[in-house]
Amino acid sequence: MRLAKRHSVLPGFGLALGFTLLYVSLVVLIPLSTLFWKSASLGFSGFWQAVTAPRVVASYKLTLGASLAAALLNGFFGFVVTWVLVRYRFPGRRLMDALVDFPFALPTAVAGIALTSLYAPNGWLGAPLEKAGIKVAFTPLGITLALTFIGLPFVVRTLQPVLENLDPEVEEAAASLGASRWQTLRRVVLPALFPAWLTGFALAFARALGEYGSVVFIAGNMPMKTEITPLLIITKLEQYDYAGATAIATVTLAASFVLLFAINRLQSWSARQGQAE
Amino acid sequence: MHARRATTEPWLVKLTLSAIAVSFVVLFLVVPLVAVFSQALEKGWGAYVNALREPMALSALKLTLLTAGVAVPLNLLFGVAAAWAIAKFDFPGKNALITLIDLPFGVSPVISGMVFILLFGRQGLLGPWVEAHGLRIVFAVPGLILATVFVTFPFVARELIPLMQAEGTEEEEAARVLGASGWQMFWRVTVPSIKWGLLYGVVLCNARAMGEFGAVSVVSGHIRGKTNTLPLHVEILYNEYNFQAAFAAASLLAFLALVTLVAKTLVEWRSAEARALHTETQNVD
Repeated sequence: MRLAKRHSVLPGFGLALGFTLLYVSLVVLIPLSTLFWKSASLGFSGFWQAVTAPRVVASYKLTLGASLAAALLNGFFGFVVTWVLVRYRFPGRRLMDALVDFPFALPTAVAGIALTSLYAPNGWLGAPLEKAGIKVAFTPLGITLALTFIGLPFVVRTLQPVLENLDPEVEEAAASLGASRWQTLRRVVLPALFPAWLTGFALAFARALGEYGSVVFIAGNMPMKTEITPLLIITKLEQYDYAGATAIATVTLAASFVLLFAINRLQSWSARQGQAE
Repeated sequence: MHARRATTEPWLVKLTLSAIAVSFVVLFLVVPLVAVFSQALEKGWGAYVNALREPMALSALKLTLLTAGVAVPLNLLFGVAAAWAIAKFDFPGKNALITLIDLPFGVSPVISGMVFILLFGRQGLLGPWVEAHGLRIVFAVPGLILATVFVTFPFVARELIPLMQAEGTEEEEAARVLGASGWQMFWRVTVPSIKWGLLYGVVLCNARAMGEFGAVSVVSGHIRGKTNTLPLHVEILYNEYNFQAAFAAASLLAFLALVTLVAKTLVEWRSAEARALHTETQNVD
């Protein structure tokens, strides 16, 4: 009934959907399908050779490892930042809240050169760290820091609305039933936050896997050591090795799609959990 | 009294957590921001202004404004159309369409640029056609615009879809029943109710369009004065060890990021106010 009524009263459905489909096809579908068309023309053995070369495998390991480490750092610090932002009142809280989106708004190249100059051996933070025997710039540690920077908003912004909407009565009930604060957190609060936390973690991880701009400057880009997969794709393109670049890109894209699918499932789990509250 | 204590943490824990959170935000967000501006002004205002008035910097700025000037209106138009179809109507395949719209967020910027080389480059699928017509797309301005449209494509649609879904269809239906034409309904009813979300979507889309680096870097070919946008100009200066000039150009982009954050905060306040007002009038009813 309702559906039919909506169709008859509101105009513009055909025009809006037609334009949307045309635009999506032209801007997203056709360009992306070119990638699969090109990689299919490689043949299996050529494809396999391109994606399992030692230099390529080294870049996967580095990219996966640094992205995972950065997502874990964000999982911890992002949780603390969200908790403090939502639960405590202190001067400068709103400023801090607004600042969390800074990595979303700052162009990645700017983040890249700013972090590199900070953590370079003569930088504000790099110099004291160097004295302590820790090298950051041009090492996997530097890559991890850059990926932590760009991933921070994901965990906070996914967790924040869920923590804000968490009913305080649940905690009061647990407390009045004799639970200690720690027991309440562990048994009641943390389980309710877990799906959202995992979603934020996965989003930060997925973003880190493909990240280029903020990493290239601080990475040092040494083959086998500090060369991330997106950079390797660019290197191959610059050498006109389009087939090799396409093969690696296909693997990267497949990994992101699997992650996106997992995140999609996580979000619906998170939404169901929220409704159950 | 006892229950109150058991629903908050002891003050020492509070203090520790707050200290960790504040230090993390200062170290990871504030210090890099300060570093950009302090290094841009390292050699004084004269050097700062000179770095921005140099012809290459000016042409990079112009190209950045041009790409954003084309990409943002296109994606705005798309965002409104997509949100209208998705939020106000039911049709099969709607969820698949929403997933498709989100897709560019999951694609590495490098791949976003690369697909246009595979499509329009010399060895590309449409390469021979492009060459036969004497066009230049890759390593030229059209390629930069295409890559920018691709990476900024979801922003407006993503802001508008949940907003328009929450608004429902009743007000528009009422306007139609009272005899408004389709466009009258759209401009007088729909647009006023979504204007803050629309504005925020445009601001986000614009920030990304002006700041995009990876995708644009792949398709630009780095031709100085011709295909360099501001972020690519920053990269070139930095790789030439001209740090002060690189940070001067970067400071413009950092300033854009700050404006984006301020706009976001204002829009959030405005929409919270509007919501409060809305519930108030409903309560009065």
